[in-house]
Amino acid sequence: MAQIFHRSTNTISRVSLFSAIFLAALALTVAAAVARSPYATNQNVPQEQPVQFSHKHHVGDDGIDCRYCHTSVETSAVAGIPPTKTCMNCHSILFADSPYLEPVRESYRTGKSIEWSRVHRLADFVYFNHSIHVNKGVGCSSCHGQVNQMPLVWQASSLQMKWCLECHRHPERVLRPRDQIFNMDWKAPPNQIEQGLKLAKDYKIRAEWDLTSCSTCHR
Amino acid sequence: MDCSKHNKREGHPAAGQPLDLHAARERLRHTTGKTYWRSLEELSLDPQFTELLHREFPRQASEWPEADAVGRRDFLKLMAASLALGGLSAGCARKPSETIVPYVRTPEGMTLGKALYFATAMPLGASAIGLLVESHEGRPTKIEGNPDHPGSLGATDVFAQAAVLELYDPDRSQVLTHLGDIRAWSSFLAEARVVVEALKSTKGARFRVLTGSVISPTLGDQLQSLLAQFPDARWHQWEPAGSDGAREGARLAFGRYVNTIYRVDKADVIVSLDADFLASGPGGIRYAREFARRRRPDVPGGMNRLYVAEPTPSVTGASADHRLAVRASEVSELAEWIHSQLTSGRLSDTGKNSGSEEKNRWASAVAHDLQKYRGKSLVIAGEHQPAAVHAMAHAINQSLANVGATVLYTEPVEAGPTNQLESLRELTNDMKAGNVELLLILGGNPVYDAPADFQFAELLKNVRTRIHLALFEDETSQLCHWHIPEAHFLESWSDTRAYDGTASVIQPLIAPLYHGKTAHEVLGAFSDQPSRTSYEIVREYWKSRAGGSDFEKPWRKSLHDGVIAGTAFAPLHVAAKVASSSRAIGSAAQARSGGAPWEVVFRPDPAIYDGRFANNGWLQETPKPVTKLTWDNAAIVSPASAQKMGLQQRVAATGGEHGQTLSEVIELDVNGSKVTAAAWILPGQAEATVTLHLGYGRWRPGRVGIQKGFNAYAVRASSGLWSASGAALRKTGARYPLACTQAHYNMESGRNLIRGTTLAEFHKDPKFGDEDAPPKSLSLYKEYQYAGYAWGMAIDLNACIGCNSCVVACQSENNIPVVGKEQVMRGREMHWIRIDRYFEGDIDTPATYFQPVPCMQCENAPCEEVCPVGATVHSAEGLNDMVYNRCIGTRYCSNNCPYKVRRFNFLRFADWETPSLKLLRNPEVTVRSRGVMEKCTYCVQRINAGRMEAEKQNREIRDGEIVTACQASCPTEAIIFGNANDPHSRVAKLKAQPRNYALLADLNTRPRTTYLAAVRNPNPELETPEKR
Amino acid sequence: MSAGLPADQSVGTRRGTPVLEPGYTYGSVTEKISAIVLTRPTTRGWWLGFGVSFLMVMMLFYTISYLIAVGVGIWGINIPVGWGFAIVNFVWWIGIGHAGTLISAILLLLNQKWRTSINRFAEAMTLFAVACAGLFPLLHAGRPWYAYWMFPYPSTMGIWPQFRSPLVWDVFAVSTYFTVSLMFWFVGLIPDFATLRDRATSRARQKTYGMLAMGWRGSARHWHRYQSAYLLLAGLATPLVVSVHTVVSLDFAVAIVPGWHTTIFPPYFVAGAIYSGFAMVLTLAIPLRAIYKLEDFITMRHLENMAKVMLATGLIVGYGYIVEFFMAWYGGNTYEIFLSLNRLAGPYRLFYWALIACNIIAPQFLWFRRVRTSVLALFVMSIIVNIGMWLERFVIVVVSLHRDFMPSAWGMYSPRIWDWTMFAGTIGLFLALLFLFLRFLPVISITEMRELVAGTQSSDKK
Repeated sequence: MAQIFHRSTNTISRVSLFSAIFLAALALTVAAAVARSPYATNQNVPQEQPVQFSHKHHVGDDGIDCRYCHTSVETSAVAGIPPTKTCMNCHSILFADSPYLEPVRESYRTGKSIEWSRVHRLADFVYFNHSIHVNKGVGCSSCHGQVNQMPLVWQASSLQMKWCLECHRHPERVLRPRDQIFNMDWKAPPNQIEQGLKLAKDYKIRAEWDLTSCSTCHR
Repeated sequence: MDCSKHNKREGHPAAGQPLDLHAARERLRHTTGKTYWRSLEELSLDPQFTELLHREFPRQASEWPEADAVGRRDFLKLMAASLALGGLSAGCARKPSETIVPYVRTPEGMTLGKALYFATAMPLGASAIGLLVESHEGRPTKIEGNPDHPGSLGATDVFAQAAVLELYDPDRSQVLTHLGDIRAWSSFLAEARVVVEALKSTKGARFRVLTGSVISPTLGDQLQSLLAQFPDARWHQWEPAGSDGAREGARLAFGRYVNTIYRVDKADVIVSLDADFLASGPGGIRYAREFARRRRPDVPGGMNRLYVAEPTPSVTGASADHRLAVRASEVSELAEWIHSQLTSGRLSDTGKNSGSEEKNRWASAVAHDLQKYRGKSLVIAGEHQPAAVHAMAHAINQSLANVGATVLYTEPVEAGPTNQLESLRELTNDMKAGNVELLLILGGNPVYDAPADFQFAELLKNVRTRIHLALFEDETSQLCHWHIPEAHFLESWSDTRAYDGTASVIQPLIAPLYHGKTAHEVLGAFSDQPSRTSYEIVREYWKSRAGGSDFEKPWRKSLHDGVIAGTAFAPLHVAAKVASSSRAIGSAAQARSGGAPWEVVFRPDPAIYDGRFANNGWLQETPKPVTKLTWDNAAIVSPASAQKMGLQQRVAATGGEHGQTLSEVIELDVNGSKVTAAAWILPGQAEATVTLHLGYGRWRPGRVGIQKGFNAYAVRASSGLWSASGAALRKTGARYPLACTQAHYNMESGRNLIRGTTLAEFHKDPKFGDEDAPPKSLSLYKEYQYAGYAWGMAIDLNACIGCNSCVVACQSENNIPVVGKEQVMRGREMHWIRIDRYFEGDIDTPATYFQPVPCMQCENAPCEEVCPVGATVHSAEGLNDMVYNRCIGTRYCSNNCPYKVRRFNFLRFADWETPSLKLLRNPEVTVRSRGVMEKCTYCVQRINAGRMEAEKQNREIRDGEIVTACQASCPTEAIIFGNANDPHSRVAKLKAQPRNYALLADLNTRPRTTYLAAVRNPNPELETPEKR
Repeated sequence: MSAGLPADQSVGTRRGTPVLEPGYTYGSVTEKISAIVLTRPTTRGWWLGFGVSFLMVMMLFYTISYLIAVGVGIWGINIPVGWGFAIVNFVWWIGIGHAGTLISAILLLLNQKWRTSINRFAEAMTLFAVACAGLFPLLHAGRPWYAYWMFPYPSTMGIWPQFRSPLVWDVFAVSTYFTVSLMFWFVGLIPDFATLRDRATSRARQKTYGMLAMGWRGSARHWHRYQSAYLLLAGLATPLVVSVHTVVSLDFAVAIVPGWHTTIFPPYFVAGAIYSGFAMVLTLAIPLRAIYKLEDFITMRHLENMAKVMLATGLIVGYGYIVEFFMAWYGGNTYEIFLSLNRLAGPYRLFYWALIACNIIAPQFLWFRRVRTSVLALFVMSIIVNIGMWLERFVIVVVSLHRDFMPSAWGMYSPRIWDWTMFAGTIGLFLALLFLFLRFLPVISITEMRELVAGTQSSDKK
């Protein structure tokens, strides 16, 4: 009786068998890759803002300290986005009639807030506290990158839990002297680990179990 | 902190409040004729609200609609869910973009992300308690007691805890209306001017003002000046749960109104004549604290002894060493007999009193003890007992030389003390006679809660102009021409007095959400300075009082402290006239001599008081201390009487003992007026006495309180305000499901859940409670080592009076949702801390024990090892962390929890829509979604906050620096939390006490929450109620 | 086919009733079985049965959508009874899913000839039962869309599942079991697919069966590989039969809940599983042989043997019950003692007594040969046992939970409409799959029957 299948079928079937396994593996890899990509995390994606505000200019060129605007970073959970008033402190005199600053002046006139678009966003169930990090020797740039070189700010880190845990498991890798906290250009010295361990002792950084207990960040 | 700061904040009315009031006004301007609408959201066509209308209720404040219907949103969720199933939510779904909206000018003294605390006070009935209110970016979110306030000492009652929900209640009345049309405040002022002009001519004849008990000095002053302005006007008072007995009793005894203060901590022997002084009435919180201080068996001065004679079990009765169940009417007899025993020098065991054997023995034992502890004893008459009993109590205290030692008399706290029943009677008579043209009702809800025989609602129609100021558009507003939305006390400037006369200024935490007005402003409208704000009125009053040069400084101080220095009343020296008291008793006895089978007793409800809190979901869902009923009141009868009547109640298969009980519906006939109610059989209830709790069966309470329970006011006549004889009960044969969270009374043999003994036994064997737990080596896993803190909790069963304030405090602190009657009946209530109630001994006169049960934070936690995803994990400080965002909801942990303290979001219980309720949330705690397990975490948000502060200051956390919500609110300091690793901490010391024991220790779970066994101090003369 | 099937006829013909009625040739066997699939017309009965079960599947899907939309609160579960029908049904289905592999694998290794004619659909039944069971652990979760967190994969969260939890073990046990059973079943089918391919008339069928047959030509090499693969899988499957229900039983035994926390559970669960499994095989086999006239292939011998297995396992289960009571009394543990009394006299006592009646009393009739050889009696018996085993799971899950340590937290559980639709829905799914199987695949292994034929014919070939 006539053959049902052509000879090639053998090959085809063999190939398809193996490629099936291969494809499955590939799919998983891709999924994992996407989950870690900027597409998902917004990492390294500069955010447009309603006002053409440049950190590069204000921090890098003018050398304004972070705390001039982000006032509550040392005392509160949130670093604080400055009120319009803070902008006007200078810009009521400097560039007082620059068209770029119209939104700011308008806000100040009308009392209607400027709506900045958020760059760093953590999930609602994550309770991050700026003050404790800053007080325990974690510098701004460790998480935010070198903001002094960002015309438009972008999210420098993935902000994924895994990333948080890296430091919470090995704080010595990032700890710096207290006077370097707000130094955007701080680079880890070659003996960082040894220095970090010393700082960890000085700062009374708690043990890994404490830092990685769930309730440290989630409640 | 101080007013200036506050005024600044007023600049941002209700920060982030989403109602578009402007749009609302616009719409109204363009509508002609009558427009009916439910609330401002609807007017402003807020889409969220229109959506809300499709759903039955806003949920946080209310119930989960039964038939968990799938709405549009739910199907969206379904989509989301299926996407998620497709693995898309694995963190690779893109985050939606968000905006940040900073202030234009940051309010002075505010640090974003840091809570501020402001001192204020909550008036309720005839006294107030001082509060500290936590405020996040201008939103009051949590209420604590004010340690500097004599009436609070840092603790609160359930009502204060739940006040913040009342503030944000979306059902609150939101606009000023005249005949249903919306009017502006200005138009009301104009109207008022006209009226005032008219009144001037008649000297205010036919002008009546009706208030509750007035304890605001300012308001009192305003009323006086109003009466001065209109000499023929009248001021009436009606407080449905008030105590005419106490007032008139004082008049009987002293010939004048006085305020009675007890020094409970000075008393070795306390006799309560139907007085629930630990939980209700002026100074309740203070008294509970003082009582508990003397309740520790090792306290210097020795443990006190409490006798209680009462018709219906109260929390005070539950803590008694000797509780006697008597009918309300027999209390006076008892009082008199005790008095005669004490005065007629010699104590005879067989007095002339014709009571039962048990009653005799109780009374003579009391008499002996009182005699023994002259000057160190205390007799307290119940708020709801007639004047005669109060008079008699005064006489007894006097004859025992307790006055000055354990009892103090001061000027009355109320601005205008009067016999309120007579006052209201007078008003209704005037209304009947048509002598009232203008009736101004400041707060209160007389249409609902006036005595039935007054037919207030009927007569109200005779009044030409009726003006009603109220938080809700309630039963009374319905019958009034003008309805003025009242400002909640958290929105108002006012002042008030504590049980001892100490005055506090009430300062607002937030600008009125719905442009509510205070009584001061409404009353002001009839004065010659109509447009003064209550801030000005209150401030000016105190300024005039101070009269001094520098007013600003003390004023700011009193705002900061929450009390006005030196305003507590000085003791009065008054002598009780015994003769008149006994005469009164005699007449009372005659009045009693009508041998009716049933006696009805009325009581304010332990959860919703006189009905004013009927729309408060937190309070409605709080299991009532003794009955453990929620969402309903019931006609309470004793087991014996129930047997006689053949009443039964049976546990339904739904929810079971922990959920639904089917009780029989009975019809009460109290001298002609009838009401049908669900019967509830309660051990310890006096014979042939049926207790009805007030406040239920309201027909216009709002969406939450509607159709809950039955209206006890319907059978409450002026002749028997608090107890009426001559009632008849009839079975209707119908059954009614009641949501009872603990229908199972006893502890089951062999389960030593609550350990208790007598003082004598305790001295013999102090470690009686301590059961040897299995050796640590039994666990398979290696023991945890704690370098730093190891949090622990100790709960003193001797101190706990089961008042529930911890339950509501926890609910408020941790964003715990309300699930509603239907879900409670399914056994799905969400309270993180519950108070177990066990009866012990014989069913007619049982001993009652309370046991607060939060998560035990076990060392060997059964929940931890069974969670497949590690959503509940042991923390480095010994907590069982519960990670809501990691939980996938297998409920395995709850099954494996021997204490059953875990709670599961079976449905989406949390209300994520209602705008005003979003302001209520504690931003430090996650709002849990559906399908997630939750439980007590020792308020880990507070622990973290405290730890960070300490670490920033580079120091250890001080003992007592971190206080859990339940601990903070506890009036009796029964709950102590702290670092068990530090041997000097308070909790460690308590755990070292011999009374300390662990719940279900034999399971080797090694809980961090341990209990101090209950020790009672019975009179050897009477055999001890509990034998263990 | 050395170790696999030493064609020792005596096994087949030792007793009076043979495993295959005489008078069959290779041809007739093949004809008779393949006809069901190929030539016979689809009966009205089939359409009816399939239609009904299909509707039940639709109901299942509706329930599931509603469940995901609204939440597990639509069920009757509460605190304290956090697990209700979902877990009861899960354990029940898993139990049923035991017979197949047991018959195929263990009996194969034990040279039990009589397994031959029932193993094919027993295996099929196993797969379908496990598929039904698999739904529940997933859907009973409050947030099923995160159930994949139970799998160990390198996540962006940097954390792993909690391996101390029996639920994680479950995930592995059940999925492994399902995979191996599927392989086993498919490998067994290959030669038959080939047969069907060769006998199929329509092109479409030739293609489909052809693909499934994977180019089987019946050469010696094929046969050799087939045999070794089949044997290998049998070896793999055997421990799984024991492991799966052991792990399932650990879900309970690991917990501290009185009534769960007992060491007897693993053996007693496995026995129970086989018990219910064989009951289900009987429930299906009896109507099947009647409808498709397979009395000659599935003989009384088969039915009787299965009855014997049921009797044996039933006794083991009974022993399990007794031990639980003994331990409660002997151990003197307050909670265990209370639990025992609560089972006997508590609010759910009717369930308990019904369970005793179904699982302990009823099977005793199987001592009598007359019962074992009466088709009707066996059918009724198998149904009773199925119900009994479901009740057993109900008693274990619900009755243990509803009154544990704290009287203040005692409660009751009563199923709501959605509990029932979910349960009925899975039964529908099970039946629907079964009907499809009957229609499109050979219900009895043609190959192995041929071997039996070889056995029953005069043994000159040997």
